[in-house]
Amino acid sequence: MNSSRNGIVEEINGPIVTIRLPGIRNGEQVRIGELGLFGEVIALQGDEAIVQAYEATDGVRPGEPVVGLGWPLSVELGPGLMGHIFDGVQRPLEEIFRQSGDHIPRGVDVPSLDRSASWHFQPRDDMEIGAQLVSGSLLGSVQETQTILHKILLQPDLQGELLELAPEGDYTLEQTIGRVRSADGRIHKLHLFQRWPVRKPRPYVRRDHGVEPLITGQRILDTFFPLLKGGKGAVPGPFGAGKTVVQQQVARWSNADIVIFVGCGERGNELVDILETFPQLDDPYTGRKLMERTLLVANTSNMPVVAREASIYAGMTVAEYYRDMGYDVVMLADSTSRWAEAMREVAARLGQMPVEEGYPAYLASRLAAVYERAGRVETAECGKGSVTLIGAVSPPGGDFSEPVTSHTKEIIHTFWALAKELADARHYPAVDWVDSFSDHVPTAAGWWAQEVDAGWERRRGEALALLARDAELSRIVNLVGPEALSDSQRWALVGAALIKEGVLQQNALDDTDSFCSPEKQFELLDLMLTIYEKGAELIEVGVPVQELSDLPTLVKSRRCKSIYASEEIEKLREFKEEMVQEFHQIRLEYAKFKEHAR
Amino acid sequence: MSVKEYRTVNAAKGGLLTVTDVPDVSFGDRVQIRNARGERRNGEVIRAARGSALIQVFEGTDDLDLESTWIRFLDQPLEITLSPDILGRIFNGIGDPKDGRPALVSNLKRNVRSSAFNPSARSYPREFIQTGISTIDGLNSLVRGQKLPIFSASGLPHNKLAAQIVRQAKLPDESTSFSIVFAAMGVSYSDARFFQEDFASSGVLGNVVMFINLADDPPVERLALPRVALTAAEYLAFDLDRHVLVVMTDMTNYAEALREVATAKGDVPSRKGYPGYLYSDLAEIYERSGRIKDRHGSITLVPVVSMPSDDITHPIPDLSGYITEGQIVLSRDLHNQGIYPPVHISPSLSRLMKDGIGKDYTRADHPQVSNQLYALYARAQETRNLASIIGAEELSSQDRRFLEFADAFDRRFVGQGEDEDRSIIETLNLSWELLSMFPPDVLTRVSESDISKYHRSAEG
Ligand SMILES: Nc1ncnc2c1ncn2[C@@H]1O[C@H](COP(=O)(O)OP(=O)(O)OP(=O)(O)O)[C@@H](O)[C@H]1O
Ligand SMILES: [Mg+2]
Repeated sequence: MNSSRNGIVEEINGPIVTIRLPGIRNGEQVRIGELGLFGEVIALQGDEAIVQAYEATDGVRPGEPVVGLGWPLSVELGPGLMGHIFDGVQRPLEEIFRQSGDHIPRGVDVPSLDRSASWHFQPRDDMEIGAQLVSGSLLGSVQETQTILHKILLQPDLQGELLELAPEGDYTLEQTIGRVRSADGRIHKLHLFQRWPVRKPRPYVRRDHGVEPLITGQRILDTFFPLLKGGKGAVPGPFGAGKTVVQQQVARWSNADIVIFVGCGERGNELVDILETFPQLDDPYTGRKLMERTLLVANTSNMPVVAREASIYAGMTVAEYYRDMGYDVVMLADSTSRWAEAMREVAARLGQMPVEEGYPAYLASRLAAVYERAGRVETAECGKGSVTLIGAVSPPGGDFSEPVTSHTKEIIHTFWALAKELADARHYPAVDWVDSFSDHVPTAAGWWAQEVDAGWERRRGEALALLARDAELSRIVNLVGPEALSDSQRWALVGAALIKEGVLQQNALDDTDSFCSPEKQFELLDLMLTIYEKGAELIEVGVPVQELSDLPTLVKSRRCKSIYASEEIEKLREFKEEMVQEFHQIRLEYAKFKEHAR
Repeated sequence: MSVKEYRTVNAAKGGLLTVTDVPDVSFGDRVQIRNARGERRNGEVIRAARGSALIQVFEGTDDLDLESTWIRFLDQPLEITLSPDILGRIFNGIGDPKDGRPALVSNLKRNVRSSAFNPSARSYPREFIQTGISTIDGLNSLVRGQKLPIFSASGLPHNKLAAQIVRQAKLPDESTSFSIVFAAMGVSYSDARFFQEDFASSGVLGNVVMFINLADDPPVERLALPRVALTAAEYLAFDLDRHVLVVMTDMTNYAEALREVATAKGDVPSRKGYPGYLYSDLAEIYERSGRIKDRHGSITLVPVVSMPSDDITHPIPDLSGYITEGQIVLSRDLHNQGIYPPVHISPSLSRLMKDGIGKDYTRADHPQVSNQLYALYARAQETRNLASIIGAEELSSQDRRFLEFADAFDRRFVGQGEDEDRSIIETLNLSWELLSMFPPDVLTRVSESDISKYHRSAEG
């Protein structure tokens, strides 16, 4: 890479700084002014270059020096990432807190990964000196946390003959663990970490399609609008509708190997919430602490806007890196709207022509390009890995026709639309079953049929049909009142209410109900539908609807979700049996009663 | 400090001046402006280029001409002077005394634009604040370090409510009261007066710092005011270890001033003419609230945001809602029915409530009681709608019970006196009185054991 070059500041306009530095390249990193603020070149005009600064530019004066660093915005990838929190340009926030206190000082330059830590490297035992390595070749591994075996891979832009590989032992990140000679004869030293430019997708051998759903433990998501591992999902909704809670639930409960949570232009306290609780919470799959598989990227709403744009790319690059080790990674971006707004902000300052609501013409293509980095791939030597990307979208005024929501909708496969009406009625998660969709139902059905129950797809369809009938009947009630409905129609309203309360609603704060296993999800769905069907049969033969809707066990059925834990499926089945028996009993009594009446 | 002055202004519009042929000045630096009569104004560099600068003038550019306006660059950012003596004082939007008393004497000066808190330095807010207002304490609890705005509209009693919160807010088991930072932007003289008198009559004046910019004061000054006020709040909280309650009114006036300046600068407008950076700008203000690890003090922020045309989707309340940790929404409908405080609970929310209530903070049944009241009220609202279509007589007896509940809830739970300070236990007991209007089997959100403990039918 080029050595650094010097220039000067010409003009400061908020986060946009014009510099004079002949020979600088587009995308190159710079350090601005006496403070050495971080920035990135985004346009060139003659000898001048336009720089976007990742830090506030207050106090910078024209004529101050600028240094071009010679490389694009990159992240460090290696052991020591998991369990930590970084800012939008991957500065380690805990370390900065230790060094500098409550506020993030400008120009602070701390390496992303701890240089003093040493890691126990275990070289791959079948590796031979002289072997021809391809990009992404597996060199060995380091136990990063109790749950994560960090595979040390040859960086993607390198291949060649292995000249040397270090024996098992403890190494710091800067110690050489091997050497490779590339085709041009140059010799490259290998380390436990590598750098990769964030705006460049990491390569893979080939793409593959998703085969199994990401299980999140949330009924409305898994059962109704499934997302595949390697899929692209979006959670749009007005403020307070529950986007962050949905994403935090996925971060807590999903069966991914690695979770990357990018707080992009959102609240500081939401990240603190994760930082304080995840180290205490158990990973439901491995029993280890959740923080061991989690990484946070934070550019909170009060941090400089430009770094917000970078934060999504930084998070994605780390996600791809773990994908390349063969892991299933989930990346949560809260919120992609803030990312788009950061892009709009820079475009406006550059005087680029706004096309819709101030957004530049390239909004749609940039959004698509980010989501395109999600997917399931074949890696060089670590089997298959995936990145699932779930982006929150924050439409102004809750209006889904605005540019970011509408473009996102075109790109993704799973759409979890949150509705203000549901949130206001405290129906959580406020996922609207009419506006939401998933293109993955057929694939998910295969998995559910094999792992849980062959009836999944049919039951899911029946529940949605009952909800649609409910909406229709409710319209009638709102026009002419409930008297207009027949008993069987009223029972349909009761049945739909059971589905809503007993299945769709799920309180994230309820210890028992916060996570629901796929088996329990199916059992609850089947329970509510069975009650509805058995009841409908009784109403057919003339049992009054009131008699059924007043049954005490019906009240209990709505509480089942928080009475029985995921391990207590048997009790749930027993309860269903009792319910069926009770309905049968009513049928017998009713027949007797009718006999009498005759 | 450079004493050289320049008379090279070559453009003046909408609170902005362009000066040329000046030395290189720093972005964000303070500027003094002097007109032909020697009157001074204050400004800030908002664009700095080689030999020229764009200056935002806090007092506006009315009456300035290009020939006789002198500019002096102070070579320092906007700072305020801090000492414990700020308590009891009144300042303007840039921190100059407005109470006729001399300026503070202290060596401690702070830049009003602080860099962001490191998220790793924050600690999660958890301590329940009792405001004595049932709709807040019971259903949308405020905790220390939270930012919880009041969404209101013209003619609604947001000032009364804010003043009542200031008077009554305390931790249930603590006697130490809050220090108050009061930030008024573009308010009327009578509104400012109302707060001053309220602080005086409740005897807290000595514990209040006021920053006041009235409706006829320069709008540009409003842009600096919240930052100045929060710098004072941070000093009280994190230097002097106080719990600080910041009341800001009205954020809508602030945002309008921002739009005015943005338009003059030629910034690309997004929704309703507000600049695209309104979100980030508001966040810079709201996110200065919170708790910090190993610090005793805290900053709790209660801004008043009025909704133009009662529209909650208007950019100002909308973007505020996307940043703050919930909102208390006032309703014209309840107000017209004579209910005070007219808090509409459905769109109201406190996101930090979950960790600040329950057995360690208030009472074990609190979360479920709140859930249950919300669920019943949502159903009751549907019933009200239905009744308005088909008439209440047509309703089933169960539905009629929901109507009665809604009315009792509005009158007894929402409605309370301006000086009525209900303890959280009183609020929870009142909740159970209302829940007891229903038989236990309707109450699926509360636990069976709580029903047997608190439900009226259980009292025998
Ligand atoms: N599944 C759930 N269970 C219980 N409470 C929930 C659930 N989902 C949302 N909530 C409630 O709704 C509140 C708001 O949710 P959240 O913070 O996720 O909204 P948001 O859509 O991210 O809003 P914003 O766009 O302003 O960030 C939460 O604080 C919580 O009180
Ligand atoms: Mg959120």
